[in-house]
Amino acid sequence: MNQLIASLLLAQTRTDLPPVAPEGGTFWLPPGASTAAGHTDAVFYFIYWVSVFFFLLIVALMVYFAWRYRARTPGQAASGQVTHHTVLELTWSAIPLVLVVAMFYLGFRGYMDMQNPPRGALDVRVLAKKWDWFFTYPNGHIDNELHVPVDAPVRLTLESNDVIHSLFIPAFRIKRDAVPGRYNKIWFQARQPGDYLLMCSEFCGTRHSDMQTRVVVHPPGEYEKWLTEASDPFRTRTLAEVGAMLVARRCLQCHTVDGRANIGPSLKGIYEHEVELVDGTKVIADDDYIRESVLYPQAKIVRGFGREMSSFKGILKDKEITAIIEYLKELSNDSR
Amino acid sequence: MSAMNPANPTSDVPPATGGNYLTQTRGILSWVFTRDHKRIAVMYLVSILAAFLLGGIFAILVRTELLTPNKTIVEPDRYNQFFTLHGAIMIFLVIIPGIPAALGNFVLPIMLGAKDLAFPRINLFSYYLWLLGALLAVLAIVLGSVDTGWTFYVPYATDVSAGGTLMGGVIPVLLGVFLLGFSSIFTGLNFIVTIHKLRPPSMGWFQLPLFLWALYATAIIQILATPVLGITVLLLIVERAANFGIFHPSLGGDPVLYQHFFWFYSHPAVYIMILPAMGVISEVISVFSRKHIFGYHFIAFSSVAIAVFGFFVWGHHMFVSGQSALLAMIFSLFTYAVAIPSAVKVFNWLATMYRGAIVLKAPMLYALSFLFIFGIGGLTGLFLGALAVDVHLHGTYFIVAHFHYVMMGSTLFAMIAGIHYWWPKMTGRLYSELWGRVAWVLAFVGMNLTFFPQFLLGTHGMPRRYYNYPPQFQFLNVLSSIGSYLMAAGFVITAIYLLHSLFAGRRAPSNPWGGATLEWQCSSPPPTHNFDQPPVVGDPYDFGALKYDAAIEGYVSKT
Repeated sequence: MNQLIASLLLAQTRTDLPPVAPEGGTFWLPPGASTAAGHTDAVFYFIYWVSVFFFLLIVALMVYFAWRYRARTPGQAASGQVTHHTVLELTWSAIPLVLVVAMFYLGFRGYMDMQNPPRGALDVRVLAKKWDWFFTYPNGHIDNELHVPVDAPVRLTLESNDVIHSLFIPAFRIKRDAVPGRYNKIWFQARQPGDYLLMCSEFCGTRHSDMQTRVVVHPPGEYEKWLTEASDPFRTRTLAEVGAMLVARRCLQCHTVDGRANIGPSLKGIYEHEVELVDGTKVIADDDYIRESVLYPQAKIVRGFGREMSSFKGILKDKEITAIIEYLKELSNDSR
Repeated sequence: MSAMNPANPTSDVPPATGGNYLTQTRGILSWVFTRDHKRIAVMYLVSILAAFLLGGIFAILVRTELLTPNKTIVEPDRYNQFFTLHGAIMIFLVIIPGIPAALGNFVLPIMLGAKDLAFPRINLFSYYLWLLGALLAVLAIVLGSVDTGWTFYVPYATDVSAGGTLMGGVIPVLLGVFLLGFSSIFTGLNFIVTIHKLRPPSMGWFQLPLFLWALYATAIIQILATPVLGITVLLLIVERAANFGIFHPSLGGDPVLYQHFFWFYSHPAVYIMILPAMGVISEVISVFSRKHIFGYHFIAFSSVAIAVFGFFVWGHHMFVSGQSALLAMIFSLFTYAVAIPSAVKVFNWLATMYRGAIVLKAPMLYALSFLFIFGIGGLTGLFLGALAVDVHLHGTYFIVAHFHYVMMGSTLFAMIAGIHYWWPKMTGRLYSELWGRVAWVLAFVGMNLTFFPQFLLGTHGMPRRYYNYPPQFQFLNVLSSIGSYLMAAGFVITAIYLLHSLFAGRRAPSNPWGGATLEWQCSSPPPTHNFDQPPVVGDPYDFGALKYDAAIEGYVSKT
């Protein structure tokens, strides 16, 4: 049992995240794995080559002039005194104008495509909270990883229950803020099965840079299989085993199970033991206390810790909280 | 101090009778209560450079932490405070006031042939507001452990976890910024009135040096945009104190509204930073090419165009925040509109060099590197204006690289160009040209090595403000950190030879570079009242009336 829990914990701590995208791509961009990436990359490289042209032109002229027209004696006068040339001015205003209008149009078209998902897209709800991601699938299953089928449109509806986060999948070239108090939507269609990195790209505090997870793009038919298995962990596991899995996925961003304090207190050995709160009162961490701490974390703050945690109400089901309590019981027994 | 070598009789402007502005009165109180724009400018310059040192130390700490993908020197919370301090100090204390308040304050009245700014007392008042605001903001960030980044986005910035009680955390920082804002407004107001009212009768709008056009356009932004920053701070305070739901979602407010308010000031503020820099470049390139500026009217009006368009682009900071697609489209279009006047300026500077007699002294080296750096900074802005591409690049190191190329690379290099250009006028001393070149090479190479790899980090997906980063990004991060050390070495050398010149530098003639603007007609350093003789007003870019005098290694009037 303990070995199993240990292996589960190892598997779930975020040391095994994939790179941004598999090998490949170009000098400037990682391989694009979504339908949007093609257009975005084309616009990127259009602007890139226009910029390279103008940059080389400017620097070449500058270096050439600085050398060709260098003063050879102190106080030497310039060899020409042209002060203006209206046709030239209008030309070098008009050419950039045409180019930037083209850039605007191309960028706008790609953006509108990202705003409007096709009919029948798979709906996944995304909750961002410090410092993890919670993906709710159509059958109600909540997972910390984003699993999607290949070649199918997926619509993400983002929300946050604390501060602003931003969902960023570099390989898909998409990004959208998760803003508390409103829903933001974005969609994509993955083209390549594989593992990709999803990151938070809006600063959200201490562990902002750890708010990363995996996007798994399943080959045809595999997504449904994954969802069925992931949806009912209780079928093949004991309560404590499920609890261990949940703790690894939901809690270890801030808590530990080895007795060391992190952003929150360690979960080891607290079950039915006395804890001291910020106001000095002492309470026993029994089943009800743990349940309350999960659902209403601000109600009782342990002495020496901050008010970082937000509620798991609606994220963890009753049965799952029970499983967590069972696991904490095991952890307490181990430490005896 | 202003003794001339009697063996070398020259036709240089004689030193001021009764001493120059530095020596005419003595004692600490003569500085503390001075109303002389030149002394106030020197106080600004010293304070701003001190802030630059502080912000630079935090930059080095940030880059050092990022040498490895995990912990290198500090814990994440400390790292977050480092980049907050770096950003807030550099933006609010260095780059926004840098060129207008220090260099502009010094040369604006002299360029007009005036004795002082229109409101000398307000000028002194705005310096003390700056000082007070600077101390309040920095102390509040340090004491309140503020780790929000310089943008102070709500709800993170006003949440309890960020220390957001009414008198702790982010509110006092914003009060500091509020004071800094008023300092900026007063400076802008002073400049506008001075340019309108204190021009000599023979100087029309199109005989103004382009630096003054740039400062004028900047001043308009300062007085129109900065009040919105004040309003934002007041709304935040009202929300915290009276629980009115304005920005915080738990009270029914909208955090995106805060971003609109914030960027309504902070985007025009970007032009407060870059326009004066462009003004300096217009002066330096013309003088060191010994050639009339090309396209005067286009450069002048492009400053005004940038100032006006600059007010309609703030939403490009919110393309992924959930503002409507229609707004995003409009903001993208206006963003591209700003590109045109910027490009026009660059082409005009290049045309100014054509058939000139180019002298590659320190101010010109920095001015030419401005063209290089602003070229990259400006062109990479095109990627961010394109909506679809911005979705990928927003919030990544691409942005960090882009705005450092524009704000750090361009504005700061222009400021250093300006400091070297006006140093002989301000101090009466010349610095070592050799060390100037050495430092320039280090700063220029270091700057590009620091920030160019960050474009690649960004396009490959590394978000900004990351303490831990995926190991695949380490190589580019190490390059960037090495660059930052080189650049720091360049700035330290610059500080050393400039300070050294104060004591051991050769005495400067009144016109060492051959500038035709009026500040080169008074002695170096100028007397308190600037001119013993009323200056001769002419075309600020006509160098035909000047001749080089080898005896004084400077320029004198032909007549």
